[in-house]
Amino acid sequence: MFQILPNINVDWMGIRKPLIFVSIVILIAGLASAIGRQLSPGGTDAFNLGVDFQGGTVITAKFKQKPSVEEIRTALDGAGITEPIIQDSLDKTDEVLIKIPLLESSQSSGDEAATANQVNIGRESVKKALDTFGAEAQPNLSVQEDPNASYKIVGTDSVGPVAGAQLRNQAVIATLLGMAGILLFIAFRYDWTYAAGAVIAVFHDVLITLAFFSVFQWEVSLTVLAAFLTLVGFSVNDSIVIFDRIRENLTMNRDKSLYALTNDSINQTMSRTIVTNGLVFLSVLALVLFGGEVLRGFSLALFVGSIAGTYSTIAIASPIAIWWQSKIGESKMKEVQVSSQASGEKLASASRRSVTRRPVTR
Amino acid sequence: MKNNSLWIRTAFILVVTLGGIYLVFGPRHSPSASDLTWQGIKNNLANNINLGLDLKGGSHLVMRVKTDDYLKTLTENNAQAAVTAAQEAKLPVTGSQVTAQGSTYSITLNLGEGAQADAVIEEVKKKVDFVNWSVSSNANSITWSLPSNIQTVLKNQAVEQALKIIESRINAFGVKEPTLQRHGAESSGQILLQMPGVDDPERVKKLIGDDAQLSLMKVVSPPSPSAVATYPTEEAAKQSLGGAVSSNRKVLPYTERDDSVATKPPNERPKQFVVVESPAVVDGSELRDANAVSRTGNQDDYQISFSLKPAGAAKFGDWTSKNINNYMAVVLNGEVKSVAYIKSRIDDQGEISGRFTKATADDLALTLRSGALPAKLEYQEERTVGPSLGADSIRAGVTASLAGLIFIVIFMLIYYRGSGINAVIALVLNMLLTMAALISFDSTLTLPGIAGLILGIGMAVDSNVLIFERMREELGLGFNVSKAVEIGFDRAFITIIDTHVTTIISAIILYLYGSGPIRGFAVTLILGLLINLFSAVFVSRTIFMWLLHRNPNMQKLSI
Repeated sequence: MFQILPNINVDWMGIRKPLIFVSIVILIAGLASAIGRQLSPGGTDAFNLGVDFQGGTVITAKFKQKPSVEEIRTALDGAGITEPIIQDSLDKTDEVLIKIPLLESSQSSGDEAATANQVNIGRESVKKALDTFGAEAQPNLSVQEDPNASYKIVGTDSVGPVAGAQLRNQAVIATLLGMAGILLFIAFRYDWTYAAGAVIAVFHDVLITLAFFSVFQWEVSLTVLAAFLTLVGFSVNDSIVIFDRIRENLTMNRDKSLYALTNDSINQTMSRTIVTNGLVFLSVLALVLFGGEVLRGFSLALFVGSIAGTYSTIAIASPIAIWWQSKIGESKMKEVQVSSQASGEKLASASRRSVTRRPVTR
Repeated sequence: MKNNSLWIRTAFILVVTLGGIYLVFGPRHSPSASDLTWQGIKNNLANNINLGLDLKGGSHLVMRVKTDDYLKTLTENNAQAAVTAAQEAKLPVTGSQVTAQGSTYSITLNLGEGAQADAVIEEVKKKVDFVNWSVSSNANSITWSLPSNIQTVLKNQAVEQALKIIESRINAFGVKEPTLQRHGAESSGQILLQMPGVDDPERVKKLIGDDAQLSLMKVVSPPSPSAVATYPTEEAAKQSLGGAVSSNRKVLPYTERDDSVATKPPNERPKQFVVVESPAVVDGSELRDANAVSRTGNQDDYQISFSLKPAGAAKFGDWTSKNINNYMAVVLNGEVKSVAYIKSRIDDQGEISGRFTKATADDLALTLRSGALPAKLEYQEERTVGPSLGADSIRAGVTASLAGLIFIVIFMLIYYRGSGINAVIALVLNMLLTMAALISFDSTLTLPGIAGLILGIGMAVDSNVLIFERMREELGLGFNVSKAVEIGFDRAFITIIDTHVTTIISAIILYLYGSGPIRGFAVTLILGLLINLFSAVFVSRTIFMWLLHRNPNMQKLSI
């Protein structure tokens, strides 16, 4: 039998404070980045919202010899346009539609002159990129008439956001309601304290991932939204696996402290945690490395989220659950608490409340 | 006994698997030999799975809201309302002129002898919304005109409103995850719609641009039991009003739809005219719901039943109770669809009869439900576009995902050895059946949908890992193979059920409260997880049962 970490015995609950500290540092960095960027005028916004959310400019280019989408993307990348949406025109096969995000954050959006200005900036930068394929046709000639030309920009228009504020709000509300559903179900199957631990861990994972998106200014597109929904799922899944083991251990070892039981449960499921999350992590890594630029935001969100999800189960979900249980037990367990000094010991005195409400039969 | 249940399990799995294979790779035409070739299978697969705009592309439509028309109609309506308001207050107003040209929209009211301009302005203000209009007056006339900045605001509102209405129409029609956005400069009033391939783009285009103005109007006619007053020509109808149509009367065409004549083609049916009272008793803005229904079950005999909002229903109920035995006309787009006399008070239900086909009735009901467009649309550009994610990105994404999957398969085989085969079978079955389920629900696959698929696959792998790790633990505790398999499955099943039910609950909530991409994600996730309970638990266990059946005293399990 080939096994990773056959028997480990780590005091996870003992190192929860340094772990939580790391989370807090990342969250503060994210918050500082978001607020700082939002407040500094003329600079970048809290998040780098893509064409989907912000709108931009759509440019229609007509080619004599149309390069592949990939070549166009490379050319645009070279001109500093990092997140274009490139759509082939299938009925007019020599044309291609290039959507680029707003190039400078214009505060006065909606202003006609600013929009026109944006369109011009967009056109110029796309022209610069496309010039690598040859010259643009003279303004009064079509691309076929001008012998020296290899392409011509035949249309420039500004476009509004695909996913307006409405969809964004709806996504947030739907996710929050989904979390409420998770909260109720875990509370029903386990206990309120566990439900709170799992849901706070999910929030933690989403916020950590958002922090990365703000600090590194990765582009937020509609696909990133899907990645967030996915990472919420992974995060909850992980928490429940460990909770389930704590619940099982509670019924079998009634004399052990919750603190020790939680450590045992994490250690016992560690090989599963490593295998599953390792596989998820590596698959997502493949997506980050080879998935291409358009999927980068999606892959990165899953990448950060899968790491945060694994770690938050151990460092956030479980400690919160048993911390809360210890709080509930405090009044009943006065004497024990007085005699204990270390914080770890305090947790050890946690009351053994109704986690075993639905005993496991085997 | 045990043996028997094993056979039933196996047969069930085989049936489901073959069904899944047919749904995913099978032809939707009478099968031929070419369906078994590589190319044939690929073609069938491409036909069976609907890919969304981001993965396959679709139509690209640029349309313009005729905002000038919107302002013109607004001006004309206000002019009429102003005249009516002044006349009702017995103020001497002799007529009005409307200017709607270029960027000038103005209304001039001609004052009669002894009229006080200020008094008229005050009176009109009470009835007509002239808040944003600038007003000027002299001894003979009052002029309201629309300042250009207000014109911009109103035009903008009209486009936003059109955007919402178009969105609700295409969503109701079932176009999967279209994208809709403002296009061009703000003043251009353009909207860009991209939608994945639909079977009948012309029907969608018509549906988006269609105008459906419903109104219920009183017919000028002697009450029942005398027959309703109709006129053979428009002229005759006008004659009945003394030659001129006043502002509170309208002459509308009416095609009678008795069963005896309805069988004839429309142009041979007798065309008639009726006179109705204007304004309408209730109009389309009071509509709460509209549905296509068939009384006879005949495909070409559909009606549209509608219900009114509370305010409209109260108005309608009040009016009908005062007008028993009078005739009422159901008017759609300026044409009388049916005339009926009022038998008793009607509150909120009504029906438009007219022998619609199912498709036209469905589309009409949908346009009525979504409300009227502020102005007509014109199509400006139409093209077919490739996938919005870009063909290159999709190729890269597919390659990377395949690499990830292959890695998972190799790892499972090395790490769990013989039992790894089990996991791989469960994984492949999960993907096959999820695709089959998507196809049978006629879902469209988009990138968010694939994200749901990824989460489903991730949890499928996790289910196997949970079961195998548990079995290893039990083997480590010294249980024999058959006991370890039993405990492993039973115990891991509790965990798997908890994780799956939790995620399914949240996915159902996402489906109910989300839209577009969020729904796409939720659908594949729910299907993937339900199937996972079958593939990772039921199928995998059956395979272990087979192993133990053939070798009941197995001492070592390849795990």
